[in-house]
Amino acid sequence: MNENEVDSNKPALTREHALELLQGMIRIRRFEEKCAELYSAMKIRGFLHLYIGEEAIAVGVMQALQPEDAIGSTYREHGHALARGISMNAIMAELYGKQEGCSHGRGGSMHIFDAATRFYGGSAIVAGGLPVAIGLALADKMQRLKRVNACFFGEGAVAEGEFHESLNLAALWKLPVLFLCENNRYAMGTALERSESVTDINIKAQSYGIRAEVVDGMNVVAVETAARRAAEAVRRGEGPCLLELRTYRFRAHSMFDPELYRNKAEVQTWKERGPIVTFMEQLKEQGLANDGDIDQIEAAVEKEIAEAVAFAEAGSWEPVEELTRNVYTERAQP
Amino acid sequence: MSEFLMPSLGADMESGILVEWMVKPGERIHRGDTVAVVETVKGIIDIEIYQDGVIDELRVQPGEKVPVGTVLATLIGEGEEMAVQQEPKAPEEKAPPEKPELAPIPPPAEPTRRHGPRISPAARRRAAALHVDLEAVIGTGPDGAITVQDVEQVSAETGPAAMRRAIAAAMTRSKREIPHYYLGTTVDLSYTLTWLERQNAERPITERMVYAVPLIKAVALALGKVPDLNGFWVKDHFEMSESVHVGVAISLRQGGLVAPALHDVQSKDLDTLMQEFHDLVNRTRTGHISLSEFTKPTITFTSLGEQGVEITYPIIYPPQVAIVGFGSIIERPWSIEGHIESRRVIKATLAADHRVSDGHSGAVFLNTVNKLLQKPEAL
Amino acid sequence: MSSAAKPGTTVKTTYREAIRAALREAMQQDSRVFLMGEDVGRYGGCYAVSKGLLEEFGPERIRDTPLSESAFVGAGIGAALGGMRPIVEVMTVNFSLLCMDQIINNAATIRHMSGGQFSVPLVIRMATGAGRQLAAQHSHSLEGCYAHIPGIRVVAPATLEDARGMLATALADPDPVLIFEHAMLYNMEGELPTDAGAVDIDHAAVRRPGNDVSLITYGGSLGKTLSAADMLAVEGIDAEVIDLRTLRPLDDDTILTSVRKTQRAVIIDEGWRSVSLSAEVAARIAEHAFYDLDAPIARVCSAEVPIPYPKHLEQAALPQPDTIVATVKSLFGESNV
Repeated sequence: MNENEVDSNKPALTREHALELLQGMIRIRRFEEKCAELYSAMKIRGFLHLYIGEEAIAVGVMQALQPEDAIGSTYREHGHALARGISMNAIMAELYGKQEGCSHGRGGSMHIFDAATRFYGGSAIVAGGLPVAIGLALADKMQRLKRVNACFFGEGAVAEGEFHESLNLAALWKLPVLFLCENNRYAMGTALERSESVTDINIKAQSYGIRAEVVDGMNVVAVETAARRAAEAVRRGEGPCLLELRTYRFRAHSMFDPELYRNKAEVQTWKERGPIVTFMEQLKEQGLANDGDIDQIEAAVEKEIAEAVAFAEAGSWEPVEELTRNVYTERAQP
Repeated sequence: MSEFLMPSLGADMESGILVEWMVKPGERIHRGDTVAVVETVKGIIDIEIYQDGVIDELRVQPGEKVPVGTVLATLIGEGEEMAVQQEPKAPEEKAPPEKPELAPIPPPAEPTRRHGPRISPAARRRAAALHVDLEAVIGTGPDGAITVQDVEQVSAETGPAAMRRAIAAAMTRSKREIPHYYLGTTVDLSYTLTWLERQNAERPITERMVYAVPLIKAVALALGKVPDLNGFWVKDHFEMSESVHVGVAISLRQGGLVAPALHDVQSKDLDTLMQEFHDLVNRTRTGHISLSEFTKPTITFTSLGEQGVEITYPIIYPPQVAIVGFGSIIERPWSIEGHIESRRVIKATLAADHRVSDGHSGAVFLNTVNKLLQKPEAL
Repeated sequence: MSSAAKPGTTVKTTYREAIRAALREAMQQDSRVFLMGEDVGRYGGCYAVSKGLLEEFGPERIRDTPLSESAFVGAGIGAALGGMRPIVEVMTVNFSLLCMDQIINNAATIRHMSGGQFSVPLVIRMATGAGRQLAAQHSHSLEGCYAHIPGIRVVAPATLEDARGMLATALADPDPVLIFEHAMLYNMEGELPTDAGAVDIDHAAVRRPGNDVSLITYGGSLGKTLSAADMLAVEGIDAEVIDLRTLRPLDDDTILTSVRKTQRAVIIDEGWRSVSLSAEVAARIAEHAFYDLDAPIARVCSAEVPIPYPKHLEQAALPQPDTIVATVKSLFGESNV
């Protein structure tokens, strides 16, 4: 363990909070599994990037954010959207492309937007969301608003110029940005060590004068702890922070990926250290949860998902006549 | 009973090759199990199943390539019967797909030759509005294109200049578009001329008939037998005319030849025709003819006898499909029933549009004219 | 600076000063407005447009940025989303290639991708155009590329009134507006009413009425086109000159009304001919005024070459009054006296 790694202490958890965290993760897991099924059945089309294995990050980080904070995300955003509190019905309808979806069906899996929760969308362009996030932070600073602007991105984004430009500018202007790097080790099919001369992302952030931490992304409590600490520093106006959250995705980059770039043994090793299994074990050990609780959670989650699928199935297609709406803001007719 | 289909794994996945089954008929499987291995364009992917059940039949065999959505296997749920076990079909020997013959790329088609001058869309509209025949317009725009100004200039012209311009354009078009064929015959006009002299002897000078009139009548009557010389060529087909309106070629004192119409010639007697003919020539020579009188003739008659030519080779006035010409009357030795006499003969020529008629029709026509002129009192 | 505003009076000013006046007015009237870009503050602006503004409004609102086009244009997008009214200055259109991703994939799309939940009230100003022997990488006219993108508006002020008045209207627009300022216009002098204010950005303008041919142009080519019109008048050709002003959306009504009247159209565009904005205007004329045309549509554009450094070659590459005159005359053939 190097000096930057967070010591994953066992925090004092209440049973209520523990079950909340566990349910949050299981909810995402089952939702993503259902998406895989629906995609194979051609209900969801286009690209589908699943968050399976990374649930601890979304759930842990959202604990640290307030309703007035803003969030920018990536194309692997279902977990973020669910954990942030966007209705599962609206998300599922969006994946189906129905107009009851949160983006009116226009965006799909990679472009979930929700004004009520200040969720400023997934970006299909790697690192494309970082400049927008620092802009939101700039607006907060200029308007003297004490808010956190959280920006999720993968470790692949670190290679893009926009990452460096954005970190530099955020540090230079001391903007209230919480940079959240989900390092799952593979940018599509390219491992981090094959694309970065220095693979420690937190060091790169520090080189811009940004406080950075490495976090065990498989440990939901560690994520929550680090996220709270960083978010409060940002909210106090101490400038941007970066968390390098080390994690692993158990499934392929997207549905159509034969994973030629990694071996099954590696995947299996990480599955055994997965966020849900390890947390469940921990809670059972600590007597904070039992099998009955877990069954209840699974049942509740299954019900919520079934309702979401039914909602999406029953949803409606936006009429083709509306095609050119919302390209520009509609003007009042004179 | 339920079906397990070849899943779609990506927006651009169209088919997959089943590489291996991981299960057998009768085996119990659970949601999330990998049941098959499929090869796609991107590589080999494990396929999972999203339901619990028991494998019933495996419908696709290793090595087969099937489209997304194909039933790969069937499953039975609880309490269902398994289908009768069948011998797994040996994979069919598939002939290797034939390499498609690359069709040779045809050379680009020869650009079609432009017909006629360039005319701007605005000029076309103006010409239609002003009833200007674009054939009569000379273009002064870029590359000789016809412009609005050119159309307006033509429209402003009146009198002989406009007419001359229109006829010149028509003649050019005729030679360019109409495949002419020519037939000629010599007609013994003696009976007609003798009959005419006797008629005229009993009339005042002002009512005397010229020989052109019986010729014109004969032409009109002959057309009753050969209607495919009487009418208009419109776009790509012939429109026959019920009536015969004969355009009579008249030379203008100031130069130029025009051919306004005598109407319904087939149904008029010679005296009437003579009056109309007289009137037509006068009005033409004094410029009191309207352009529309030039567009009505269904055939044209030209006689250059007074100028002394023996035979004419006339040009059809489009959109007509024939023109009949007569030369001068010449006294010639003529053989009649074996003995030689001096007779007054005239050469009649027919130029006709080969798109509409052929030599046979033309021959019938000339022969009929000839026959009619041997009995002038019946005209 | 300019004298106190008296109704009915004009002041002698330049295109540059008019933009500066517009910036000042916008900043004074709305505290959400701020200017951000390379060298807009201490340097006073690459073209001296923002000279003096840092002293007047301070570094929070006149923000010098690092050489990070992607980051500061994206930041403009985020700031607009977050409730500000930013004016981002990209030094020239040549550098905007570095932030095209933010413009095309974020600014232009966020409203649509979010199903109408968010809009981006951002103004981006860019200098554009050739003519100062700055060679290939500093002489682009890429307005046509941006005019291709649904979700943004594109305008090109070519007069002092428009330089003065388009900014306010752009700031009031809830959607992203790109303002292209031709670099050769900054020194343009003229008289401006002292009470000059906001102008519309929805319509083209007839700068010179005429009957024989419609000369359709925008931005830095307007002056050359007006000169050409004067030369044509001497030869008896009465040209109508249309200043497009808004490149996306195009004002079809003004363009087509003119062409239906004159029945001839020549489009003058400093972009390269192929796949240019002039091609779009020509297509619309052919689509909607075909039967009114008395001659083929013609275009005068830059030659298909990266803009060269030596003066005579650069000038040969760009549209000029005499090439415009020659093109117009070729539409008249022999019937032209």
